[in-house]
Amino acid sequence: MNAPNSFRAQPDERGHFGPYGGRYVSETLMPLILDLEREYRAAKEDPAFAAQFDDLLEHYVGRPSPLYYAERLTDTLRDSAPEGMGAQVWFKRDELNHTGAHKINNCIGQILLAIRMGKTRIIAETGAGQHGVATATVCARFGLPCVIYMGAKDVERQQPNVFRMKLLGAEVRAVESGARTLKDAMNEALRDWVANVHDTFYIIGTAAGPHPYPELVRDFQSVIGREARAQLLDRTGRLPDLLVAAIGGGSNAIGLFHPFLDDADVKMLGVEAAGEGLEAKHAASLAGGFPGVLHGNKTYLLQDDDGQIAEAHSISAGLDYPGIGPEHAWLKDSGRVDYTAVTDREALDAFQLLCRTEGIIPALEPSHAIAAVARTAKTMPRDAIILANLCGRGDKDIFTVAEALGVQI
Amino acid sequence: MTRLADAFIADRPALICFVTAGDPSVAATPAILDALVEGGADVIELGMPFTDPMADGPAIQAANIRALGAGITTADILRIAKDFRARHPLAPLVLMGYANPMLRRGPEWFATALRDAGVDGVICVDLPPEEDDALGPELRAMGINFIRLATPTTRDARIADVLNGASGFVYYVSVAGITGKQQAQQASIEEAVARLKHATDLPVAVGFGVRTPEQARAIGRVADGVVVGSAIVEIVAEHGTAAAAPVAAYIKTLSAALADARKVSA
Repeated sequence: MNAPNSFRAQPDERGHFGPYGGRYVSETLMPLILDLEREYRAAKEDPAFAAQFDDLLEHYVGRPSPLYYAERLTDTLRDSAPEGMGAQVWFKRDELNHTGAHKINNCIGQILLAIRMGKTRIIAETGAGQHGVATATVCARFGLPCVIYMGAKDVERQQPNVFRMKLLGAEVRAVESGARTLKDAMNEALRDWVANVHDTFYIIGTAAGPHPYPELVRDFQSVIGREARAQLLDRTGRLPDLLVAAIGGGSNAIGLFHPFLDDADVKMLGVEAAGEGLEAKHAASLAGGFPGVLHGNKTYLLQDDDGQIAEAHSISAGLDYPGIGPEHAWLKDSGRVDYTAVTDREALDAFQLLCRTEGIIPALEPSHAIAAVARTAKTMPRDAIILANLCGRGDKDIFTVAEALGVQI
Repeated sequence: MTRLADAFIADRPALICFVTAGDPSVAATPAILDALVEGGADVIELGMPFTDPMADGPAIQAANIRALGAGITTADILRIAKDFRARHPLAPLVLMGYANPMLRRGPEWFATALRDAGVDGVICVDLPPEEDDALGPELRAMGINFIRLATPTTRDARIADVLNGASGFVYYVSVAGITGKQQAQQASIEEAVARLKHATDLPVAVGFGVRTPEQARAIGRVADGVVVGSAIVEIVAEHGTAAAAPVAAYIKTLSAALADARKVSA
């Protein structure tokens, strides 16, 4: 593939990122998807929309999130690095947002769109519950009824988030079909949507699904990268050498990466969940999947030779999905972004490393990014800068981590 | 490809019957297909199972799970189709399903395999006209009808897009929702069929929520075809490998009801 003039000009007018993306939805949804695209174009041109979005991000979400130099983590990694090696590690602190993750950025943008479109009912899918909590939060804030679809297995393993959503006034519907996880929750949300298109807005939680979702979720999450770029320039007078972010669907990663895509000297690394290993059960669609069509878009999917979708596995419920956002599929093929994978075990080690060196309990999702940072920093010189997205905090994960470590709470 | 067109030339509405391939087993499907023909089905829709049937209600979801659990593969479906064609040289056979299993080995591979198996058409739930490039050109090159769906949300301005590249018949999904028990108002069906027939010479078939002979007859008064799916799939679920006889008996009640449904000429 020849390098394009800009990596920031995707998707095309039909929602395609190279061969990926698109609008693979049933005819019932198609007119609504076209309406959404029209409304999003209008909102983008409307200064009042941007003003309301920015105001809510500042005063409700708590942005800008800090950019933090992780000095002790950097020093600790240097201890085992070769002479002169060991890059500086900086974190974008999106775990300090209201509701504890980057998910809220997108939910604010989408609920403002829903209100513009006159929709009066909100639905969403959730895996770990972070997107469900963020959606329930904005629904409470704007007084709209909210139904969250969540796989029954995830309901069992994420009880604190289920209770949070209920406190916020949402109805949580446990999905019993399939493997009873995120993929099945998304199927059920689509079934609800197709039956309620007249009044319902579907707040998709990641940069995936039918066009224009991958684009608009990316745009709402790009506040992460825009802030980080300005903050690092302000603090150090330079751009980072490497960006690192975890990827399930890929919204926090694309939010960090996108504003830097045309900075040719900035390398980028997306980190998928290798679960129990790429030869065993995992959730690394780019590393172990093939292009296909699911949930409205063409992208890399874990699937068999007949196109049946495989069950993903990750210790992180937020990464436990057999697909990935279509822009990442395109960025992989174009070579602009490198992708790697980190196992459950490596993520658990990184989780504990950050707790002990920095006094920050990360979510299991960014723990995957931290594991990749730990691996990579040792191969880069001391004056190099790695900027990683700390996209969520780990309070929700302490029970999972305790169980994995064999600790009774 | 005239088999499909011929299904709509009789002076009564066509009966279009859906079953899921491989439900309850790969071995049981041919007898169920024969039962559909014996009962009077004019067009057979053979469902390609998918792990993630997003547009389907509980009955067809369960059939997909049973079929995949029974080990059905794409190769099995093609063999079932080919054997059906050998037994029933004149009965139109359409494959219905989701894009990913159809596209997995590439659109050319799929279209060629369907031609070789004697399949007359394809209905792909999650491939709207906007993504026609992904499969449509290959199907048309192989002479396979690409049957498009219209729904209650398809506004007049979109109908031309929906019809562009479509052939065989137009499938009007009468309910904005998933497959199953929900029924549309007769008046809304009549209005939608009239709109579609104004825009195309293709036959218009109506489906979603059709269960009883009375419903089929009422729809058959205005439409060129009536699609029945979940109700048949439920009989298969209840009777399993012994489903052929009760399926045939049920289809006979539908075909009898349609025999004297007078079509309103468009």
